[in-house]
Amino acid sequence: MSSTESEVLSQAFELGFTYTRSTGPVVGRFLTELRDRKVVGNKASDGTVYVPPMEFDPRTAEEITEFVEVAETGVVKTWSWIAEPQSKHLLQQPFAFALVQLDGSDVPMLHMVDAGSIDKMKTGMKVKVRWAETTRGHVTDINCFEPA
Amino acid sequence: MSEEKEMITGMEAPMYLTYNFTAGGATTRFLAELRNGKLVGQECPKCQHVYIPPRGSCAACGVPTVREVELTNKATVQSFTIVYIPIPNNPIKPPYVIANLMADGAHQSFLHLISDVDNADVRIGMRVEAIWKAEEEWTHAMENIQYFRPLDEPDMPIDEIGRLKNA
Ligand SMILES: [Zn+2]
Repeated sequence: MSSTESEVLSQAFELGFTYTRSTGPVVGRFLTELRDRKVVGNKASDGTVYVPPMEFDPRTAEEITEFVEVAETGVVKTWSWIAEPQSKHLLQQPFAFALVQLDGSDVPMLHMVDAGSIDKMKTGMKVKVRWAETTRGHVTDINCFEPA
Repeated sequence: MSEEKEMITGMEAPMYLTYNFTAGGATTRFLAELRNGKLVGQECPKCQHVYIPPRGSCAACGVPTVREVELTNKATVQSFTIVYIPIPNNPIKPPYVIANLMADGAHQSFLHLISDVDNADVRIGMRVEAIWKAEEEWTHAMENIQYFRPLDEPDMPIDEIGRLKNA
């Protein structure tokens, strides 16, 4: 071995798993409705409305079959500011990951809030859905939430 | 929900892990020699096991494998499988044979392709030789060897594959 090659080799590497997940009737219904720019959840035996919908009732373990449409407005329950988005983040300007409870739902869902700056973020603030230009039946049909 | 519209049944959920791979000292020495068209194993000073690809230390004795041993292009099929299922983006079309090969003088097998033979004729103990790519295509990779093809030599008895001569 020549001494010029004694330096340890290294190189960039990417391991990719190109999964397609099957969605089943509940998540599939949620995504199908998103494609039509509607947000649906479902109602468990105790009346709790889950968004995104749950496949099974947490109390009875029965299937949950009653779907309900909820509003595209909601309230920020908690949030975390991403000051320097990485290349894989869906928003390239500073944004918040937030738990947003949609009006008509009893549990918050995780999504992004584009408020422009951290000063505009507040727990309890009202937000509304910003839809993607083209919807395709994916959670990213909701581009993000914005202050309402 | 309008019934005439198609229900969503699947969701793309790709996962990509992007990282920097560092080979470490022993593998770097091995890959550097591959770049020069040579298969080089590393020998344990205590038990004389020759590792290829080398790991930098002997798994049995726990001592560094500092001595390098250049191997020939000849090897023996230790085990093999015929692959029928295509792997996305893999240019090799099934069915093809992938084998654990024991290079002559080595005591550790490595995976490579077997070609230039009917898949049905591949067997444990079969003697094969490395077919290298053109020199200008060599990089720091086992893919410098295109595949292994049968040698016109008698099979090696199964219990001699990868055994130390005097063990
Ligand atoms: Zn040893």
